[in-house]
Amino acid sequence: MPLPAIQPNVRVVTLKIDDQDLSAREDETIIEVCRENRIPIPSLCHLDGLSIWGGCRLCVVEMEGQSRLFAACSTRVAEGMRVRTNSERLQRYRRTIIELLFAERNHICSVCVSNGHCELQSLAQGCGVDHVSVPYRQAPYPVDSSHEMFRLDHNRCVLCTRCVRICEEIEGAHTWDIMGRGSDCRVITDLALPWGESETCTSCGKCVQVCPTGALVKQGTSAGEMVKDQQFLPILARRRHAR
Amino acid sequence: MHLEDLADKAAEFRAEEAAVEQEIRVCVAASCQSSGSVEVLAALRQAHPDGDQSCKVKGVGCMGLCSAGPLVAVADKGGELVDSILYRDVTPDDAPDIMGSVRGAPVERLRCPTEQPFFSRQHRIVLENSGIVDPVSFKGYVVAGGYAALLQAIIELTPAEVLHEVTTSGLRGRGGGGYPTGLKWSTVAKMPSGQKYVICNADEGDPGAFMDRAVLESDPHRVLEGMAIAAYAVGANKGFIYVRAEYPLAVERLRTAIRKAKRGGLLGSKIADTEFSFEIEVRLGAGAFVCGEETALMASIEGLRGQPRPRPPYPAESGLWGCPTLINNVETLANIPPIIREGGDWFASIGTERSKGTKVFALAGKIHNTGLIEVPMGTSLRDIIQVIGGGIPEAKAFKAVQTGGPSGGCIPERHLDIPVDYDSLKTLGTMMGSGGMIVMDETSSMVDVARYFMEFCMTESCGKCVPCRAGTQQMYGLLDRVARSQATRADLSLLEELCEVVQATSLCGLGQTAPNPVLSTLRYFRHEYEERLADASARASASRSHQDE
Repeated sequence: MPLPAIQPNVRVVTLKIDDQDLSAREDETIIEVCRENRIPIPSLCHLDGLSIWGGCRLCVVEMEGQSRLFAACSTRVAEGMRVRTNSERLQRYRRTIIELLFAERNHICSVCVSNGHCELQSLAQGCGVDHVSVPYRQAPYPVDSSHEMFRLDHNRCVLCTRCVRICEEIEGAHTWDIMGRGSDCRVITDLALPWGESETCTSCGKCVQVCPTGALVKQGTSAGEMVKDQQFLPILARRRHAR
Repeated sequence: MHLEDLADKAAEFRAEEAAVEQEIRVCVAASCQSSGSVEVLAALRQAHPDGDQSCKVKGVGCMGLCSAGPLVAVADKGGELVDSILYRDVTPDDAPDIMGSVRGAPVERLRCPTEQPFFSRQHRIVLENSGIVDPVSFKGYVVAGGYAALLQAIIELTPAEVLHEVTTSGLRGRGGGGYPTGLKWSTVAKMPSGQKYVICNADEGDPGAFMDRAVLESDPHRVLEGMAIAAYAVGANKGFIYVRAEYPLAVERLRTAIRKAKRGGLLGSKIADTEFSFEIEVRLGAGAFVCGEETALMASIEGLRGQPRPRPPYPAESGLWGCPTLINNVETLANIPPIIREGGDWFASIGTERSKGTKVFALAGKIHNTGLIEVPMGTSLRDIIQVIGGGIPEAKAFKAVQTGGPSGGCIPERHLDIPVDYDSLKTLGTMMGSGGMIVMDETSSMVDVARYFMEFCMTESCGKCVPCRAGTQQMYGLLDRVARSQATRADLSLLEELCEVVQATSLCGLGQTAPNPVLSTLRYFRHEYEERLADASARASASRSHQDE
């Protein structure tokens, strides 16, 4: 979401996250409050400045008095809420979800251009994923190198749709979208044209900067060389907001 | 049009057919059509003596016993199905005999007794007109008392009074979740006035479920009337029926019904000279199961990719194009006209403490009487399967009944005596679902059943959230290994672990309930999984000893 406009009648609530007493504006989501207060919550699809997606499910948290889990990125805070972000159960679920992602497509870090600068990789390290217990699918996916500046490697894609959202919401081009269902889902440019032939792409490169893995990268990068600008979207959002 | 005008109209329509004493009703719903009822209807029309005003041949909706179709009933005008003379497996060649029997003796060789429990044990509210009125006839519906509830609501009752009746009735959502309908309606009604929508969810996708199809094909006006009453109660002026394109007959009949209702002044602007206006549009689903999930359905109506979004905000607060939206299932809405007509207390007197009214079930699988039944909530599963359904054919033993489609589970023999209601089914690890019941006999493998439903969930996953997209695929792979006797004990525990994660972390109901068929078969038929594992280890040790030699 774009930085929220300051509304005069938004109230402030107090809540407890992992036994810390915190205050928050009532229009904030749990993940925003956590990030503000340096409480780590893993997430792949959420990105400050883009709309809520709720797809990776890594940010699920427990709430006192509720048996079901809540995604921190899509749940607003409320007065008196008591949230737990890091129980043993949540850690186990998160490890499994990351394992599912690793097994779904090809994520061999050693040969990836994003090695060392990859959000999936650092999440796996942070969550203690030291092996993958589900069988690898080993399905081959194509690589689209048709764009003169950028490259799309479906094998590394986690379908977080950050590229889809930033292209529509920030750049306003809506070059990216998703086709297919279930495991056949793929990000596409225009109506599944090669990226280089896209008529709507402005070659702004925003999608590349926000892609959490090595799926969208600059041409000419080799293993470990693709470093993305983490601050780019917050800075952009802040400047736009100021105007 | 006012209530008196409607009564005048009904009288006028009735007078047009004053000479008719007997009706020959031919089922023209999808199931009987596929076994040739259209030809039967044509043959009967041909055999009908010209100028005979006392007997009328007409197409009607579903009579329930689909396995015996094409069904033809000879009845007194407007008479109940149970009082009629019913013929089964009718062919066009039988037409002269049936026509000849109208004033004579019934054709015994085609008789299908209506005294049998399949008919006599039913309690028809949703299906009250089904098999009796002509689904393409506006006049037929009006003569049967149709649209009186709508006019009564908008002329005599305030929206609050309508809400009160619906709340008193205790009606719960028939789409599967069982959310109290009155509560849902009043939430939408309480939202500030402005653009609001009513949606009828007719994207029936569960394998083996065809209740909504039958209602739409047999009595489409009833659903329109229910929607219009809902719109009046919550303050909406625009409705959508989201129906799957795989139901072409239902779509056609709905479109006809909407057109005729508009012409009759019962839909459109300023209905009954009040300020209440209501338009209905039909939208077709393009074959995605997930579009039955309410947020995905709304995205699809908006022209977007049909995938769910996180709730809250619920549709009642922010639905179609961000406006407050009421979304109800076909059967829920079909219950509304009788509730307004007879009152909420009447409805609440039927069923159990916490599940009121009746429920339509689609019986399918290894059962004698395949078809559609409507029974009061609280009827036991044993009654439904053994008595109404006529038991298992070929003297096989009953094994399990699957309810709730891919979100539900299998119930074994020892739990057959539980009353069917929302809460009892939940305690057994399954759910009411939309009403599909698939009966399985001793020859069915429960591992195969679980694998089938998992494959369904895997291919129908929209791919938005990781646990459902990648988790169902992994679970399917593991179930496939079990089914092929290739799985190890470690695979089984991994399967259980994945069930837990997918259930707890998925975004929408489809993912959250996808593990249910596995969990419930593991709960009641674990030995079938173990046996397949035992095979695997036995074979492994056999091949090892073979190598040793």
